[in-house]
Amino acid sequence: MRLQNTLLGTAGLAAFLLLGEAVPRLGVVKEEYFPPTSRIARALADELSDGAFWTALGDTLTGWALGLAVATCAGIVTGVLLSVVPYLREATASTIEFLRPIPSVALIPLAVLLYGSELRSVLILVVYAGFWQVLVQTLYGVQDVDPVADETARSYGLGTWARIRHVLWPSALPYVFTGVRLAATVALILAITGELVIGAPGLGARIGVAQNSQAVPEMYALIVVTGLLGLLVNVGARTVERRALAWHQSVRGEVAV
Amino acid sequence: MKRIARRLVLVLALPALLFAGWWLASANSTDVFWPPLRTILKTFPDVWTAERLRDDVLPSLWRLTAGYALAAVAGVALGTVIGSYRRVRAVCEPVLEFLRAIPPPVLIPVIMLFAGIGDTMKVTVIASGCVWPILLNTVEGVRAVDPVMLETARTYGISGPSRLRHLVLRSASPQIFAGLRQALSIGIILMVISEMFAASNGIGFTVVQFQRSFAVPDMWTGIIVLGLLGCLLSVVFQLVERRVLAWYHGLRAAARRSP
Amino acid sequence: MQELLGVSGLNKVYAGSGRRVEAVRDLTFTVEAGELVCLVGPSGCGKTTLLKCMGGLLTPTAGEVRLAGRKVTGPPPGMAFVFQEYGRSLFPWMRVADNVELPLKHKDLTRARRRELVADALESVGLPDAAGAYPWQLSGGMQQRVAIARALAYEPEVLLMDEPFAAVDAQTRADLEDLVRRLWRERGITILFVTHDIDEAVYLGERVIVLSASPTVVREQLKVDLPEERDQVHTRVAPRFAELRTHVYEQIQAAKRGAGQDAVVTESSTPPLH
Repeated sequence: MRLQNTLLGTAGLAAFLLLGEAVPRLGVVKEEYFPPTSRIARALADELSDGAFWTALGDTLTGWALGLAVATCAGIVTGVLLSVVPYLREATASTIEFLRPIPSVALIPLAVLLYGSELRSVLILVVYAGFWQVLVQTLYGVQDVDPVADETARSYGLGTWARIRHVLWPSALPYVFTGVRLAATVALILAITGELVIGAPGLGARIGVAQNSQAVPEMYALIVVTGLLGLLVNVGARTVERRALAWHQSVRGEVAV
Repeated sequence: MKRIARRLVLVLALPALLFAGWWLASANSTDVFWPPLRTILKTFPDVWTAERLRDDVLPSLWRLTAGYALAAVAGVALGTVIGSYRRVRAVCEPVLEFLRAIPPPVLIPVIMLFAGIGDTMKVTVIASGCVWPILLNTVEGVRAVDPVMLETARTYGISGPSRLRHLVLRSASPQIFAGLRQALSIGIILMVISEMFAASNGIGFTVVQFQRSFAVPDMWTGIIVLGLLGCLLSVVFQLVERRVLAWYHGLRAAARRSP
Repeated sequence: MQELLGVSGLNKVYAGSGRRVEAVRDLTFTVEAGELVCLVGPSGCGKTTLLKCMGGLLTPTAGEVRLAGRKVTGPPPGMAFVFQEYGRSLFPWMRVADNVELPLKHKDLTRARRRELVADALESVGLPDAAGAYPWQLSGGMQQRVAIARALAYEPEVLLMDEPFAAVDAQTRADLEDLVRRLWRERGITILFVTHDIDEAVYLGERVIVLSASPTVVREQLKVDLPEERDQVHTRVAPRFAELRTHVYEQIQAAKRGAGQDAVVTESSTPPLH
């Protein structure tokens, strides 16, 4: 069954690539707009042998990693703080519900004014978008703590800090991981988008350059790279989550929020 | 009564506090980029006139609606087909995983090649970004239809369109809505970005114009409008979801009471 | 009496990834029109496989199932099913009345007639006021009543019930057993009732078919010569009831030990008195 699925999947991928080759070759769409797979593959090979490409990739990954790290720390600390301090959770609920749906790209003009086309502009977007994912999942996680376990800890006279460390944190951890995984995906999207729109150095900016210089195959090659990067982040985050939570009886799905 | 009052205080206290904080902190601001909140609010009615709502906000909303609806129809239809057949799913899965992983905004340059810079481009961009969460969630939902329900439908001769309408799509609707919700935030982002790229009207276009002409308070009002729009659409979505999925929330609550 | 439902030489083998599992070996029996027959056998004896073959949900490897003389190849229109998993068989997004009405929609009935059938079926199972509720707002026993109402409204020639009361508590179960007896007597429908509970089989059935362990064959067919009027208090303490259930119990124990292969198929209309 598994082998069969792999074979079918490979066949699907091969068909997809072949279709990409055949459609422009047969003249269904213009080759200038949609280069055949082989042409994109050649452009991709050229990119990979270009030092500037690797610098751009590095820039993108730096923005992504930094933004994700800041968003994760801020999200977790805020989440735990809001849950531990009495009344804070209720008092902030409406504000969170209001701020969360604000599209992060609304901040683009502000970021450009403040920092121009620098890494910091991109970071604002990445942190803003990633923060909510981690925060909301952390809040759900803390809410899900078994009240009996918490009562037990209280009755044994554990202090606030000990309770956070031994009861709250382990129970909330699976949720936090889910939040980080979601944030990792969103952060990559926002990092590349920011570069594309603002022009901060990175893969996104390189796509913009390729677009402006009519280098269509290169543009496609770079888009393929962003897709592969996204895939890598998805699969990587899921693997880390599964490994890290192997001890947990149920690695559960994310909360639909 | 007292409980309602308490809730009201909890709901409104922090927003009021933040507003007051912003107001006071920015009151004497001379920083060009952080104008006093008073200035921003005073600018607001001058910028967002009825004319502007008609010429900029409505076109944006139209593009969003068209792209989102297109994505919803395509995503649910394709997702139902892919989710119903195991082999089709196995063939499509790697390709779908890859396509989903592409950050949607990078497709804007590609779509501009084909569709120019008009409304078609923007609608296509929005649709092409929104379709993935809807599609993938529909696949999962359709896959997870309870086998006992499927057998019930078979024994009672419920088949074809009736089976699709009364069983498969209804059973998958919680997942479909989860996808629609993710797609909504992606849709708003793409609406703004596609207008920042190339447009002659729209909210995204307007905000970037303000930024380029250093009309900072005007730009701030634009950011506020985008924020309000995001919240408004999210509230509307929640209302619709709560209506359509009333049975699902009831079922979950019932299951929680008696595990 | 004429045969309504006939099973002859039924065999079902599950073949998957190099493993062959013979669930049902060779089954032959008939159910006459208007009969209430209970199928009982040790747990895991392929009862569900058999029922799914009869309902046209599974294709038998060999042999055939006939309903009113026609060979069953897919779910036949004259057959209704009541599943054990009531919670998963009713559609949670539909109100009770809509759940009952849905199978009638492709039956070429007028709207008024459908309404009438739904109301009548809900009345029969004692839930005339639940029409507007959602299934998950009801208790387990009430949900199974709705599933039975759905089957009744469908007006089937034969009703197949697959361990329908295995998941409800004892009190509710007794009520539901009496409901099935009453519906059978009032409406004269043919019922094939599958259970692993010996008491239930003897209490409900006019005839009990005892199955062997998997791979399944018919071990014995037994006529239940209890009076037609039965009730939970008196019937269950009647000496004849005790004899019958002891007999079936011994047969099932023997079936478990014998694992089916060397089972002797006996056709006794009445078991010997002990």
